[in-house]
Amino acid sequence: MSGTPPLVALVGNPNSGKSSLFNALTGARQKIANYPGVTVERKSGRAALPDGRPVELLDLPGAYSLQPDSLDEAVTRDVVLGKLQGQRRPDALVIVVDAGNLDNHLRFAIELIGQGLPVVVALNMVDLAERDGLEIDPAILSAELGVPVVSTVAVRKRGLERLLSVLSEALSKPRPEQDHALENQKQITERAHRIAKRAILSETQGRQWTRRLDAVLLHPVGGVAILLMLLFVMFQAVYGWSEAPIGWIESGFAALSDVINRQLPAGILRSFLTDGVIAGVGSVVVFLPQILILFLFILLLEATGYMTRAAFVMDRMMAAVGLSGHSFIPLLSSFACAIPGIMATRSIMDQKERLATILIAPLMTCSARLPVYTLIIGAFIPAQNIGPGIGLQGLVLFGLYLFGIVGAMLAAAVIQRFVTKSRSGSFLIEMPRYQLPRFSDIALSLWQRAWVFLRRAGTIIFAATVILWALLNFPKVPMGDAQSQVEYSIAGRIADGLEPIVRPIGFNHDIALALIPAMAAREVAVSALGTAYAVDAEDEEKAAMSLGSQLSAKWSLATALAFLAWFVFAPQCISTIAVTRRETNGWRWPAFMVIYLFALAYIAAGITYWTAVSFGL
Amino acid sequence: MTSVQLDHLLLNSHAQVRSINWAAIPENEGHRLRSLGLEEGVEVEVLHKGMLLWRDPIAVRVGRMRIAMRRKVASAIFCELSE
Repeated sequence: MSGTPPLVALVGNPNSGKSSLFNALTGARQKIANYPGVTVERKSGRAALPDGRPVELLDLPGAYSLQPDSLDEAVTRDVVLGKLQGQRRPDALVIVVDAGNLDNHLRFAIELIGQGLPVVVALNMVDLAERDGLEIDPAILSAELGVPVVSTVAVRKRGLERLLSVLSEALSKPRPEQDHALENQKQITERAHRIAKRAILSETQGRQWTRRLDAVLLHPVGGVAILLMLLFVMFQAVYGWSEAPIGWIESGFAALSDVINRQLPAGILRSFLTDGVIAGVGSVVVFLPQILILFLFILLLEATGYMTRAAFVMDRMMAAVGLSGHSFIPLLSSFACAIPGIMATRSIMDQKERLATILIAPLMTCSARLPVYTLIIGAFIPAQNIGPGIGLQGLVLFGLYLFGIVGAMLAAAVIQRFVTKSRSGSFLIEMPRYQLPRFSDIALSLWQRAWVFLRRAGTIIFAATVILWALLNFPKVPMGDAQSQVEYSIAGRIADGLEPIVRPIGFNHDIALALIPAMAAREVAVSALGTAYAVDAEDEEKAAMSLGSQLSAKWSLATALAFLAWFVFAPQCISTIAVTRRETNGWRWPAFMVIYLFALAYIAAGITYWTAVSFGL
Repeated sequence: MTSVQLDHLLLNSHAQVRSINWAAIPENEGHRLRSLGLEEGVEVEVLHKGMLLWRDPIAVRVGRMRIAMRRKVASAIFCELSE
C-alpha cells in the first residue's frame, strides 16, 4: 500500500448527512469527475490521519441497500464490492448513520458490515437527535454491531478527530472475512430494530418542527400556492439579480477585446481571438450568473429538505401525463440548462419515467433561449401595456415559456403512452427532516457547479466556437468580389442548401445561416445574425445597436413569430444531445429526441407562419 | 378484527401494518418500500394527504421516517387501527 494513500469510502443512506461529513473532512480540496463509464458524479478528496498519513476519501452516492433501485445506488454497490471497472476497491468504509433515524439506517449499515472491509460507523447528527428527544449510547451500538462507532456532528466538526484516529486503527488491522451468511431483508430489518432498541436509552417527544412545517407546506391547497410562489420568486431572481453581474461580464469581455484590438494588427489572428474565442466563449460565460442563481435556489431547496415536499405537491399533476413528482426536480433544473436537468434524472427509480423525463427536458425553456427571445420580442412586439401592469412583451415571453411547458407535457403523455409504454411512473420517497442549510456546504457546491460550467465553456464550447468561426471565415472571399464573406464561406454555402427546406416555414437565407451555429449553443444564433448583418453596417457598434431594427426592417412579423416558435422546440444544442447519449448509453434515444424535436419545431414554426400570414401579418 | 387499506385511513390515525399484497406492487417499488422500513408489523401514522380533489399521494410516518407514496401502492397495504 506504499505510494498510493489508502482509499476510504463514505457510504450511507440519503439524508444521513454524509456529504456534510465529507465536506467537513476534506474541506474544499475536492475533485469532481464521473465514475468510469457512467455519468454518476464521483467526489473525492484528501484528509490527513492523526499520524500524518494522507487518506483518500470517496463520497459515494446515497443508497438504501446493496440491491440497487437506481443508477446512483448501483454505483455505490459496485464500488463497495470492488466491481466497478477502473475504480479500485476501497480499503475501508465509513458508514454514515443518522442518529435520529437509527432503526432505518442501521439496516444498510448491517448489510455493509458483512462485506469484508474494515468499517467505522459515524453516528452522525447526534445533536439533532437530542433535539428530537433521543438519547443513544454509542458503546452499546458498537458492541452490538461489532465495529467501532464514533458520534459526530459533521456541520459543527464535532467528533472528526476521533473518527480519523479510529479509522487509522481500522486501516492497520487485517481485512475481516466476508460474511457469507447474510440474512434476507426481513431478518436484517428485525436485527436493525433490535439493535436500535437496545442502543436508544431514552426517547421523548421532541419539538416536532418538521411536522408543524409540513402542515403548512404540504397543505392540500396552501402547499400548492406556496410552491407556485416560490417558483415565481425563483424565476424573478434568476432574471432580476443577474442583470448587473451579466453587465460586468460583458464589459469585461469587451475590454479584453479592446485590448487585443489595440495590441494586434488587423488580420486573421486578431479576428480569431476577438470574433472567435472571446465572442464565442464570452457569449456562454454571460449565463454563469443566471445558472448560479438558479442552482443557489435548487441547492437551498434541497439542503432544507423542501425539494421532496415540492415533489410531493407536484406528483398528482405530473401523474396526469405519465410522470411523477420525481421528474419535477430535473425538469425544474432544465429551466436553467437541460444538461444539469438531464443529469439529475439519475435519481428517478423508474427507468421508463427517467427516459421520458430526459426526452422532454430540452422543451423546458433554458436560459440560452432567452437572448434569442429578447432580441426578437424587442424588435417585433410593441412595448405597450395591454392591462394594468401587464406588458405585451412580457406576456409574449411568458407565453413562450408556457408553450414549452405545455409542449413538454403533451410530449411526455405521448412518449409514456406509445414509446416507453409505461403506466404512470411511480412515486415513493423519503421526506427528510427540515434543516437549516450550512452556508459553507452551499457555497462549496455552488463553486463546484460554477467550475464544472466554466470547464465546459473552456473545452466543448470553445471548440465549437472555433469551428464555427472557421466555417464563417473560410474560404476567404476573393478581392473585389461583390459577395460578402459570410455568403462566400462554408457556412454560407450550407445555408444555401438549407434554405429551400426552411423556406416553407417562412425562414429566409439569414435565418438558415443562423441556425447552423445555433447548434453549438442557441444563443449563438443572435451573434450569428449580428455577424451576417454586420457586413452591411459601417462599424461594428452600430451594427450591434441596430440589429433589432435591422431585423424588423427585413423580416415580416410572420417570419419573426415562426422563428420564435422554432426555438421553443428545436433541439439546438449539441451538448444536450451529447449528454443524452451518455445518459442513455447509445445513439438510439438522442436520435429519437433530435428527430421528434426538429419535427415539432418545423410543424410549430410552419403553423405559426401560415396562421400569421393568413391574418395578414 | 377487520383490516383497513392504508389509503383509506383518516389523517392522523395510527395503525399497525397487518399484511402487504406484494404482488400488487411493482417489484422495484416493493423493494424500495422494504428498504424504507415499511414491512409487515410496523407502526404507521398517516401524516398528510396530497392535493385537494385527489388527496394523492399520502405521507406516512414509519418509525422516525416520513415516507410519501401513491395511494395505489398504499391500497396494497392492509392495516389494523390502533385504539
